[in-house]
Amino acid sequence: QVQLVVPVAVVFSPGSVPGDLPSPLPFRDVQEMEISVNLRTSVTSRYEMAYRGTTAQEEAALAAATAREADAALRPLQDVSMGSLTMYVVPETSSLLPQGTSVYVGRHRSALVRAGGSLAALHARLRQVTQVMSFTATSIAAALSDRVPDGRLSPDARRSLKSSLGYEITFSLLNPDPKSHAVDWDIEGAVNRYVKPVLDKLSLVANFSVDSQILYYAVLGVTPRYDKESSSFLLSAHSLPHVINPVEARLGSSAASLYPVLNFLLYVPERSHSPLYIQDKDGAPVSTNAFHSPRWGGIMVYNVEAPASPQASLPLHVDVDMARVMEVFLAQLRLLFGLSREELPPEFLLESPGNEGLADWELDHLLWAHTVENIATVSTTLTSLAQLLDKIGNIVIKDDVASEVYRAVASVQSAVAKLAMGHLHSAFQASKEAVTSSERAFFDPSLLHLLYFPDDQKFAIYIPLFLPMAVPILLSLAKIVRETRQRKKEPTKMD
Amino acid sequence: GGSGAGRERRDELREELLLSPLPTGDVAATFQFRTRWDADLQRGAVSHYRLFPKALGRLVAALGVRELHLALTQGFWRTRFWGQPPLQAPAGAELWVWFQPTVTDVDKAWKELSNILSGIFCASLNFIDSTNTVIPTASFKPLGLANGTDHHLLRYAVLPREVVCTENLTPWKKLLPCGSKAGLAVLLKAERLFHSSYHSQAVHIRPVCRDASCMAVSWELRQTLAVVFDVFSSGQGKKDWSLFKMFSRTLTDACPLASQSKVYVDISPKNKEKELLEVTPPPTSVHEAVVQGDKKTYAVYDLLSPSLFNTSRSLNVQLKWKRPQDSSEMPIPVLHAQRYVGGYGLQTGEICTLIYNTHPYRAFPVILLETVPWYLRLYVHTLTIITKGKENKPSYIHYQPAQDRRRPHLLEMLIQLPANSVTKITIQFERALLKWTEYPPDPNHGFYVGSSVLSALVPSVIAMKDVDVEQSPLFTSLFPSSDGSSYFVRLYTEPLLVNLPTPDFSMPYNVICLTCTVVAVCYGSFYNLLTRTFHVEEPSRGGLAKRLANVIRKLRGVPLL
Repeated sequence: QVQLVVPVAVVFSPGSVPGDLPSPLPFRDVQEMEISVNLRTSVTSRYEMAYRGTTAQEEAALAAATAREADAALRPLQDVSMGSLTMYVVPETSSLLPQGTSVYVGRHRSALVRAGGSLAALHARLRQVTQVMSFTATSIAAALSDRVPDGRLSPDARRSLKSSLGYEITFSLLNPDPKSHAVDWDIEGAVNRYVKPVLDKLSLVANFSVDSQILYYAVLGVTPRYDKESSSFLLSAHSLPHVINPVEARLGSSAASLYPVLNFLLYVPERSHSPLYIQDKDGAPVSTNAFHSPRWGGIMVYNVEAPASPQASLPLHVDVDMARVMEVFLAQLRLLFGLSREELPPEFLLESPGNEGLADWELDHLLWAHTVENIATVSTTLTSLAQLLDKIGNIVIKDDVASEVYRAVASVQSAVAKLAMGHLHSAFQASKEAVTSSERAFFDPSLLHLLYFPDDQKFAIYIPLFLPMAVPILLSLAKIVRETRQRKKEPTKMD
Repeated sequence: GGSGAGRERRDELREELLLSPLPTGDVAATFQFRTRWDADLQRGAVSHYRLFPKALGRLVAALGVRELHLALTQGFWRTRFWGQPPLQAPAGAELWVWFQPTVTDVDKAWKELSNILSGIFCASLNFIDSTNTVIPTASFKPLGLANGTDHHLLRYAVLPREVVCTENLTPWKKLLPCGSKAGLAVLLKAERLFHSSYHSQAVHIRPVCRDASCMAVSWELRQTLAVVFDVFSSGQGKKDWSLFKMFSRTLTDACPLASQSKVYVDISPKNKEKELLEVTPPPTSVHEAVVQGDKKTYAVYDLLSPSLFNTSRSLNVQLKWKRPQDSSEMPIPVLHAQRYVGGYGLQTGEICTLIYNTHPYRAFPVILLETVPWYLRLYVHTLTIITKGKENKPSYIHYQPAQDRRRPHLLEMLIQLPANSVTKITIQFERALLKWTEYPPDPNHGFYVGSSVLSALVPSVIAMKDVDVEQSPLFTSLFPSSDGSSYFVRLYTEPLLVNLPTPDFSMPYNVICLTCTVVAVCYGSFYNLLTRTFHVEEPSRGGLAKRLANVIRKLRGVPLL
């Protein structure tokens, strides 16, 4: 059974201690929660709360004018290990938090929580914050989506990418009409400025490689509909699924690595189909003019303004506004990693992640989900291997394959143990090793030797033996049956 | 800073089609698409691609490839009748790669590379393994920039059995920046290209000098496609042809990304006769050059010049012969070769190679590379090289014997070819018996032995001028030219088809069947014997003898038996 332990430090600033505390500060408390995925699988989450009062330094930091400054000042005073959280409870009347918000989640692993009068109210609020900052039942269910019965999972939960040791991000500029548009994009600068900080932060989770290409004469699979009113072309939401396939044939697979590819396509429509807008399900134009495909990537349509004079010489030179494009692609990247910031109660205030595009606790959020997913993947892989062995006895397990299996089991056990101790980072590393070993064992080419030598073929070879031998046996059997029947019919004749 | 660096990386595309009527009446069309990228494709340094295909760029960067040459060919270029090819490749698939000196495990990189290429080009290159890979020492020098030619970084393999078809052409076309949507590539229609006597498509990647000073490296990708159409028989005995007749398409524009897009038509007067043929529409210019030792005249159509498409919307180059040309006086190329298997029976045989030097007064050396699979066991002591009845001693021999199931034979020789001579090289071999799992499907078809490779610097009759590589047409600039007096030629001989002693594969089954039947028959009679119940039957009327006796007794009045 997997137990996820989250160490939470609850720090009461002076004047925020509720009256009905069970014992004087400091004290410890444990709260458990059961997340059941299906009938057989469930995950226990365990919040180890340590309650204490503020130190002098923390008091000074909390005296800052705004929540953001307090967050920055508190940063050096915290436990920085991954997965652990610190909650600062501030008095009900504190002016640190803006009016109407009761929870402020900072950029790192801490939050400011307004005391809610009674301890029960504070508990409820703390539970909400800790779940947002670590994992929720839905994020764990999404990570174990293979085991969730069909229909119980929302489509949003199926959107995020499967956990992998690495990802390849490919930006492609599609220019189907190079005769009219000479499109230039400064992808290198944009990647360095916008994408790299995010990926540097994410490098704890997986390896990333980024590249880009320009594809000419690559067209979408759907002919857009002309709309007279706006004199523009429209792609309706229901035709979007057909857009990707013909383009994907041109994208080229990543032959040099086995990591999943995330594609981000910037499509500059042909002159004869410009401007082109994407409509949502209700028929309203999508403001970003972009859409994403779960576990695949995103597509953005970039319209080129028609030249002022119709006589302008072709091809028209176009410089892509990379800030606008990257804003959309980064939002899609967050979505694909399951880091959506929606569905939060209104009294929550989240600090914007800044240049890095990702707060520390969001990274933890990813790590929790990926660790659980890795453990599930390893157990699935090893179970399938065992089932395969039961079914096909011809498979030879060599020593090195066996040692990979042992290693996978050991790593997964250590990952589970680390999770139960609240060491998120080492648990994640162990789960990664377990995935590597189990995949290596499962996909070892030596398993395939002489795999297909089914029993019916062996039987077919011995048919010339079995058939003539069966003839006298069957004949004599028939004879015995006939004789017994006759004997029954005329019992008097026998004496 | 980033934007400035992005702009500096220039890449350019040149496309070119060379149409040359061959002496036999066939027409050879050679397409070349060259992408030159002024960037250093070293390990991980570049990841933003424009004209250069990303799939190949990443391959070069990830596996430390210095130079890559892949050719997929269907058919055989008949040098004796068609003349020196602009680019020849052996039948089947040929791959040779130079790796960077930084690559530590070349064999692993080579294996990985062939697997990835097999995925990109849908070819069976994944069958390249140690049994068909050799490391030539002299035949294959880097064609691009190279400092140091340590041949341990080179790998060479040929798969003569490989069949080339549409599924290889489509990924090849996909690597072109314009695909087959615009420019010369619109002519590449699979149904016409494979309805031909010879089809060869290739990819060459190499580093080249960025400019004359050669301070920086650029990377060059050349995609070439050569095809030979038999217009003589398909055109009712006439040798006239047009683009539409051959490709069932015409040209309408240049690829908008190309900085140069030209069609060259070889209109060189043969046998000193003047103007036998006429091309329409009139060419934009005429280009004269010395190509492979011959003075050639080319009609040039520049697809980027606006005047070309003024009169008509499309370009359909046509060539008409003014009077029937007698094909009896075919010019014979200076160097050509021929190879066959001799001997009889299924135990031993002989590989014979004939190399012709038809130059009237100049001798020149040629490097012969012979790769023979391990199951033909070569006897090196039977190697004989005979020129004009005398033994010709090679000045350099590199022989690496085969190891069963591990590596093939490699024989490289530098042979001096005297003027106007035929050199006959023979070597005997013994056929090995394979294990039953080692036979390919249809083993009675025979086993292919890859073409042998001839590399030579052929002395030129006419002195060649030193020309700027960037300015000259692409078909002249793949092989580096040495000096004005000779030119480089690489020829491939015919692949061989050798029969190996093939067992009767149904024999084990027959034996099982026969044994089983015998066992079953024995079992049947034994079983019968064990299970049969014996009844003592009372004789009812007796036998025939008894009745006969009774009849006689009756007659005689004696009591009956």
